[in-house]
Amino acid sequence: MTIFSSLIYLIAAVLFILALRGLSHPESARKGLTFGMVGMALAVVTTLFSPQIADWLWIIVGIGIGGSIGAYIARNIEMTALPQLMAAFHSLVGLAAVCVAGAAFYNPEAYHIGIPGDIKLISLIEMSLGMAIGAVTFTGSIIAWGKLQGVISGKPISFTGQHKLNALLGCAMLLMVILLCATGSAFWFWAIAAIALALGILMIIPIGGADMPVIVSMLNSYSGWAAAGIGFTLHNNLLIITGAIVGASGAILSYIMCKGMNRSFFNVVLGGFGGDNNATAGTHDMGDRSAKIGAAEDAAYIMKNASKVIIVPGYGMAVAQAQHALREMADILRAEGVEVKYAIHPVAGRMPGHMNVLLAEANVPYDEVFEMEDINRDFAQADVAYVIGANDITNPSAKTDTGSPIYGMPILDVEKAKTVLFVKRSLGSGYAGIDNPLFFEQNTMMLLGDAKKMTENIIKAMD
Amino acid sequence: MSEKAQTFQESLSVLAQDLQNLAQQTADIAERTAAAAPHSEPFLITGLTVFVLACFVGYHVVWRVTPALHSPLMGITNAISSVIIVGAVLATGTHSVSALSSVMGFLAVIFASVNIFGGFIITQRMLHMFKKKER
Repeated sequence: MTIFSSLIYLIAAVLFILALRGLSHPESARKGLTFGMVGMALAVVTTLFSPQIADWLWIIVGIGIGGSIGAYIARNIEMTALPQLMAAFHSLVGLAAVCVAGAAFYNPEAYHIGIPGDIKLISLIEMSLGMAIGAVTFTGSIIAWGKLQGVISGKPISFTGQHKLNALLGCAMLLMVILLCATGSAFWFWAIAAIALALGILMIIPIGGADMPVIVSMLNSYSGWAAAGIGFTLHNNLLIITGAIVGASGAILSYIMCKGMNRSFFNVVLGGFGGDNNATAGTHDMGDRSAKIGAAEDAAYIMKNASKVIIVPGYGMAVAQAQHALREMADILRAEGVEVKYAIHPVAGRMPGHMNVLLAEANVPYDEVFEMEDINRDFAQADVAYVIGANDITNPSAKTDTGSPIYGMPILDVEKAKTVLFVKRSLGSGYAGIDNPLFFEQNTMMLLGDAKKMTENIIKAMD
Repeated sequence: MSEKAQTFQESLSVLAQDLQNLAQQTADIAERTAAAAPHSEPFLITGLTVFVLACFVGYHVVWRVTPALHSPLMGITNAISSVIIVGAVLATGTHSVSALSSVMGFLAVIFASVNIFGGFIITQRMLHMFKKKER
């Protein structure tokens, strides 16, 4: 039976890998998703038939409750709320890891790792590791959720000695793992949990709202490492494999996001970016220049007479829910014979791939949406760059001004287009607190207003 | 003659007793080795091997994911990392001396199920939106 179930677990692991493999293209992705679901079903059913399982009742009840909650939320959530939903889901993986570690601590016989009060040393270490990562993931994700949802201020919250406190807590936790191994007492087990929970909060509060793409990916990665840690405790290869893959996936996404901002991972994690310290940076020579302000009618006229338009969406588009209006505008332009493309910066939005999902929701075909490196050359031939709700990712000072906080960050070369139409609520700076010299360029026209309303006004003016 | 037979019988029974003890000891040792062998340090090594290799697999598979599908990637990884439900099911379904263990297992089953269903369904919703140009 155990050999049989191990083999099924292996099949499940392969199916999970195939599920991720499918994501290399939108067409194969749906098949991949089916692989993932089948793998999960196999894993759960095999476990239900394990010899130690005596009673199915509470398992089925639990799956029923959790499954209906999960299905209800996933069916009804707005796509713009996706980043916070992901953060909330990560927190649940962390919490589940803590609970499983606790269950293993009080009933080690179920996993053949000893008897209560006398658990194998190595299992205690693995258990505390899995639980600590799970606890950090849990509270960290809740803070990230709060920041994305707007319940907690998106501004970085920092105080002096913060990093020292974190280091101190880390050392204390290490000490407690040793004490737990020496005594096997439940007190130290829960003390580790408490410290890890506090650490999760302290790690995420100093990080600003716009750094959330990195943080959501990082927590994604943590949830994987927690699962792997629990896999070591339970001697289960499926958990180890899946945890490692998820951990690697989150780590890669964090790396891509950091590269998109030209910042090191530690720079992001140590936090404080986008706070008041940076608000005055780079404002020196902007004061006496004036921006050209346009109206919806001007923008409609310019775009109708263009032959090539590139749309650059940012987080502001998500906030204003402007994606549907944007697609409508693109349809009208295409009917007039204008070529329309979309350009996506890696860190546009609040989670990896955020803009792609929102555009897909508005029925924009995915073959009109391009990644930064594939489209950056096209701006030089474009007549219009329509920047909607994005700012820092188009700021040319990232290329020219060595003193700028975002110097070196890869940007979309919108300034090379013949005309830049910039939809923005005000002439204020972006989240990084940096002025965008693009606003004051000769070929730039500012369209001040809400992204959705402005786009709708342009559509009206086109008729 | 009958005296000799009785002595023989006695020594036989002593021998039988010894044999029984020996058998018991052998069984004990066998049981202990069986209990210890597959679950002690050797699993750590197996587990580490599997872990490191899986990291490499993950690294290569994830780099091939197109950036446009990074959000669905997050949805799927979220769902599959909830395979931790396997551990939760074992804790819930086993007859346990510790009620606390069963309760925590039950809660973990709920949390993980929210993720499994939620993660897969939200990913499915996202993927259904990605369409090719119709014309």
